[in-house]
Amino acid sequence: MDFYYQMLLIRRFEEAAAKAYSTGKIGGFLHLYIGQEAVGVGSIATLKPQDYIVSTYRDHGHAIARGLDINKLMAELFGKKTGTSKGNGGSMHFFDKEKHFMGGHGIVGGHISLAAGIAFASKYRKEDSVTMCFFGEGAANIGSFHEGLNLAAIWKLPAVFICENNHYAMGTPEYRALSVKDVSIRAVAYDMARDRIEGDEVCKIRDHIKVAVERARRGEGPTLIEVSTYRFRGHSMSDPAKYRTKEELEKYKQSDPLLRAQLDLLDLGLKKEDLDQMDTEINERVDAAVKFAEESEEPPLSWLYNHVLAEDK
Amino acid sequence: MALLTMREALNRAMVEEMEKDKNIYLMGEEVGHYQGAYKVSQGMLDKFGEARVIDTPISENGFAGIGVGSAMVGLRPIIEFMTWNFSLVAIDQIINSAAKMLYMSGGQFPMPIVFRGAGGVGGRLAAQHSQAFESWYAHVPGMKVVAPATPKDACGLLKSSILDNNPTIFIESEVLYGMKGEVPDEEFYIPLGKADIKREGTDLTIITWSRALSLVMPAVEDLTKEGINIEVLDLRTLRPLDEEAIMKSVRKTNRALIVEEGWPVAGFGAQIAYLIQKDAFDYLDHPVERVTQRDVPMSYAANLERESLPNPERIKEKIRSMLA
Repeated sequence: MDFYYQMLLIRRFEEAAAKAYSTGKIGGFLHLYIGQEAVGVGSIATLKPQDYIVSTYRDHGHAIARGLDINKLMAELFGKKTGTSKGNGGSMHFFDKEKHFMGGHGIVGGHISLAAGIAFASKYRKEDSVTMCFFGEGAANIGSFHEGLNLAAIWKLPAVFICENNHYAMGTPEYRALSVKDVSIRAVAYDMARDRIEGDEVCKIRDHIKVAVERARRGEGPTLIEVSTYRFRGHSMSDPAKYRTKEELEKYKQSDPLLRAQLDLLDLGLKKEDLDQMDTEINERVDAAVKFAEESEEPPLSWLYNHVLAEDK
Repeated sequence: MALLTMREALNRAMVEEMEKDKNIYLMGEEVGHYQGAYKVSQGMLDKFGEARVIDTPISENGFAGIGVGSAMVGLRPIIEFMTWNFSLVAIDQIINSAAKMLYMSGGQFPMPIVFRGAGGVGGRLAAQHSQAFESWYAHVPGMKVVAPATPKDACGLLKSSILDNNPTIFIESEVLYGMKGEVPDEEFYIPLGKADIKREGTDLTIITWSRALSLVMPAVEDLTKEGINIEVLDLRTLRPLDEEAIMKSVRKTNRALIVEEGWPVAGFGAQIAYLIQKDAFDYLDHPVERVTQRDVPMSYAANLERESLPNPERIKEKIRSMLA
């Protein structure tokens, strides 16, 4: 039930964001997570408050699943002073230090070694924290992936690397980019534990990821997990996704994680009206977030030079 | 006062700070068991152990990223690049992650990290191992850039860099590692952003930093014998830049020459020249001039390398033309 709520919240939040983008209220790039919600929700459900999350430029779903305030997130998309990064980050750079949400990062795969660094710090200080790092299959081809995973493996860092394989790196299908189709098999090269799962069933995802998180927490090192998923929208709002067929999209929509969760809940005896009621409540929350973002002030011009450098110690 | 080499002075700076704060660690290729590719970290493994003096595989992007990630959660890494030439494969982490983290997170994540290592032009190391990177990194807001010219400055500036809550680019001239100089016995710090007058004079100001200082001084000594009295300003830190010291000196001598080991195009000297014409225009008796590395990759041939660098002959020639 909680999972369904979170997934629906992500879906409705992003639908509202897409709408705001099309009216020019949100600028820059807007990479939507629609279709992939089960991965973030199922994975992040396995974490404790002291654990860390490092995300990509497609970070809305991970941030919401971690419980970041959706008012602040929407305000960040609107470039307002009340945003999570005070308007300096935008869609690709959600950060929340208190929630240990260590950022959306805009350079494909560059954040993988940052995640290894956060895990390194936990080990250095002998703290009981696990770092979870999300990235797409496109990132699996960048040097930072190789270097980050190799270092994490030789030092047995408490990290879980989750490749959300949505089968397209922007417009490039995986078969044109990956020398081996199974990204998880690359773990073998680092003598690292691995797993591979379908990304449409949120509880199944949680159960698999849990094993990896516990392994990391026991000090037995990192895991590379590939989750097969699908984004229903283009790479970003500016991408009409003409490189894939309507039939393919329709096929994947049949296994929409939200739809699956809904059917499961109905099977368990929940009433359709209750789910509709939940949807209404979520829509009200999202509307309120949009209103909050719209009514928030832009950062004052005097903030332009804020946070370029930290104050002296 | 002890007579220390540059590498000993740098070593002392790291040891003193690491003894005080367990959050500080040193990471890089060969920093531990090999005792440092240039022996800057000699003895540190024995003193601090493998947990804090950490050898890495050849993975600059990876360990630079490890440093940045660990700094996000409060560690204070010193990341050694065996040479700054190899930093290019980690430049994404340095610029896109380290320099921008505080800004793009709205002030949530300060970045107390030092990237340091050997830089500049080496002894006949040819194009890929001989180049100065100060201008590259000084171009980017969000970082500090330090390039010491003496053992004392190296020690005091590195200690300040380690304590600084910002990413610091600390470039040590490879050919200066063996240079000896007096370093105070008691603990001391040199603040970042303060230039130093290495020689007082009245006829012309040379603005320089790092290894170029050692190319400037013989030229200045020669010219002194000709009755020319030159002031030498060592910037020590490019970011933040001590503009006040530059203007004060130029307003006194009315002539400015910038001598740098880097290339001329979009080089740091161009920025200084711009600032001088903006803030000290009325005081100038001659256009601001530069002696830089020639605008070519570095040659292996001994005579071409010498000719490429801002050598004393080129510096003297330029000064005579400015005073003629």
